[in-house]
Amino acid sequence: MIAEIGQFVVILALITAIFQGTVPMLGAGQGSQPMMGFASNAALVQFVALTIAFICLTVGYVTSDFSILNVASNSHSLKPMLYKVSGVWGNHEGSLLLWAWILALFGLAVALFGRNLPDTLKARVLAVQGLIGVGFLMFILFTSNPFERLDPVPLDGNGLNPLLQDPGLAFHPPFLYLGYVGLSVTFSFAIAALIEGRVDPAWARWVRPWTLAAWGFLTIGIALGSWWAYYELGWGGWWFWDPVENASFMPWLAATALLHSAIVVEKRDALKNWTILLAIIAFSLSLLGTFLVRSGVLNSVHAFATDPARGVFILIFLIVVIGGSLLLYGIRAPMMKGGGLFAPISREGALVLNNLLLSTATATILLGTLYPIFLDAFTGAKVSVGPPFFEATFLPLAIPLIIVMAFGPFMPWKRADLAGILARLKFALFLALLFVGIIMWWHFETPVMALVGMGLFGWLLFGSFFEWADRIKLFRGPLSKSWKRMIQLPRSAHGMTVAHIGVALVILGITASEAWQSEHLGVMTPGETVTVGGYEFRFDGVETLAGPNYEADRGTFLASRNGSSGVFLYPEQRRYTDPPMETTEAAIRPMLSADLYVVVGEGDGQGGYAVRIYHKPFVSWIWIGSLVMFMGGLLSLSDRRLRLGAPRGARNQTPRTPEMSEAKG
Amino acid sequence: MQLRFLVPVLTFVAIAVVMWYALFNLNPTEIPSELVSKAAPEFSLEAVPGYGPGLAKSDLATGKVVLLNVFASWCVACMVEHPFFMELREQDTVDIYGLNYKDTPTAAAEWLQRHGNPYKRTGMDLKGRVGIDFGVYGVPETFVIGPDGTILDKVIGPLTRPMFDMRIRPLLKGAES
Repeated sequence: MIAEIGQFVVILALITAIFQGTVPMLGAGQGSQPMMGFASNAALVQFVALTIAFICLTVGYVTSDFSILNVASNSHSLKPMLYKVSGVWGNHEGSLLLWAWILALFGLAVALFGRNLPDTLKARVLAVQGLIGVGFLMFILFTSNPFERLDPVPLDGNGLNPLLQDPGLAFHPPFLYLGYVGLSVTFSFAIAALIEGRVDPAWARWVRPWTLAAWGFLTIGIALGSWWAYYELGWGGWWFWDPVENASFMPWLAATALLHSAIVVEKRDALKNWTILLAIIAFSLSLLGTFLVRSGVLNSVHAFATDPARGVFILIFLIVVIGGSLLLYGIRAPMMKGGGLFAPISREGALVLNNLLLSTATATILLGTLYPIFLDAFTGAKVSVGPPFFEATFLPLAIPLIIVMAFGPFMPWKRADLAGILARLKFALFLALLFVGIIMWWHFETPVMALVGMGLFGWLLFGSFFEWADRIKLFRGPLSKSWKRMIQLPRSAHGMTVAHIGVALVILGITASEAWQSEHLGVMTPGETVTVGGYEFRFDGVETLAGPNYEADRGTFLASRNGSSGVFLYPEQRRYTDPPMETTEAAIRPMLSADLYVVVGEGDGQGGYAVRIYHKPFVSWIWIGSLVMFMGGLLSLSDRRLRLGAPRGARNQTPRTPEMSEAKG
Repeated sequence: MQLRFLVPVLTFVAIAVVMWYALFNLNPTEIPSELVSKAAPEFSLEAVPGYGPGLAKSDLATGKVVLLNVFASWCVACMVEHPFFMELREQDTVDIYGLNYKDTPTAAAEWLQRHGNPYKRTGMDLKGRVGIDFGVYGVPETFVIGPDGTILDKVIGPLTRPMFDMRIRPLLKGAES
């Protein structure tokens, strides 16, 4: 019964989406108030229908209803409850349902919070959202139905891949999808603007919170994914330039570029066409990622089970959405009036440079990800593009980007005085160089790239801080005045400083953990002690334990430093039965200064065990930094200027002129 | 209409055409079946510095079933299968030969020094030419080579114990009897 209700409401949602995609679009062209108003109601119906569908599937998982094919193939009655629930989206069909549900959620959010939008813009945005929904719901119903029944009903399910039975991964897809789908809102705004033939500062202000939210969710989603890889795969690595990781990193880079270019539209009424194009590209890359992961075109450790029928559907969908929107852009964008030219040394000039570097980085990663397919198609040669390519191409783009990141915020709009900015930044430069000097003194043999990394960290950290201090005139007057200035500074300015400092912290984590990692790999017998990174690790042996749906060999290690009492670490080697698979559970002691990371492997039959011990300095800062970036996004999102419903003035800035005639395109 | 605004859509069309072709005509997990049960291609490579006298086609026809593992220091999945190879080596289950794929000599040597050397001989395929002859499309891949040097099977991706037990152990037994 549950499955049939689910099936029914998904069909209902599809029908609603079809009307939501067409009626308001026509209504906006004709100026019909009721037809435009229909969009909000349709968005509500879609959201309710898909919420019910999602609940139905969740109930199927929680009650282990193996008459549903999807539950039988991905769940197991002995699975812990958390993973029964996360199993709902831990597979292809369920994750698509989650996608569609989040899309409906964002549609509803636009309907509810978009009260200050002009009616035609709002109707068109919701209509585009509806059309995207049509694509996804058809995909679900025709190729990936999560509610398909199974007969005869099996006694138990196949179980979820044990690698995916993990809290980090349980919440990784929802955040990532919130990010991907959040970009659909920006995309819808871009398409609506192209149809209306108008982009103005008010448009940029409406788009900004959605971009910020999507960017924040993507940041968290990617950070969770890399954190999972770090502790679950057991090799201490956290980023592998895997096609699936690239698929999430490319929209993030594009969204970062979009965040910055939209500011130029808002403040200077320029870069409009570029911003529209970026909005389309950011969402297109999200869709492309979905295609690459699920079509079987690329082989990856992360890839879902593949099916050619799905690949064909997604590709057609991609061609319609991406091809259609880029064609619309090609036709309409030339009619959009651009702003005036501007000086290269200015805030907007710095933002353009930021955009150039970010979009080049995106294009490079896209090239590296697609290159194997292209080469195979043209020459038949099979290659894999590994980290050497990405590191060699991404770093040269990232370094100037970070240098400019400290400069940009100091620059005023229109025209900046480079000498004056350098004078204000010389202290940051001095501190960064001092920092590098201290590191060289402390550890002479430091690799050059590590010094560059630490220098960039210092430069960005101090540069961002001084810019903030400059704004509130810290130490250049009474503290009470600075305090007052700080309170009055827009939250978005605080947000920028915090987010940039977050990037600096990520650089610290990456550089330090790559450059100063120490490790011990080898066989250890109980009672043996090794010293890694200044810590003594005593191996106390391995015992076999039974978990809820696995059996584990658990090792015991005592890590101590300078004779302190120390901490126990318990790495495990787990053997799951359904499906039969082994996983490595690293024992990690995260600290602010370093992570202790211990993995125990197979025994050698003579009482010894293969052991890997790592000491990774500052590695946690990669994720702390990501969190700080996210907080910066939140701060910026809470700015009064963007607060939903607040800017009454915005409405007046965009007089409702008669629409451009639709036939003109 | 200004043409430069059509650049994005034209770029996308090019990507979409290749994707379409890839979807129907390419299969990344497919084993080039024409290679299986044929003789291994002709090759002769220098060893990773410090790791044996080099590797050639004639080294593979040893009178028993052996494995040829394609690995690289930049390959993450290789680290996943590496401990298992070390174990096979320690227990002397089967001889493993290492084909180092598109790597640099120093990086490969460092990698073997750091993680251990499970290989009886190694060969460096710096440009990936031999890899193309073998139909290698990614790393890691493991070829099962018969007593007379013919390719019996190929495993794509990291080799795990269950996969070894299922696909390779029967071939080892088959050769003994």
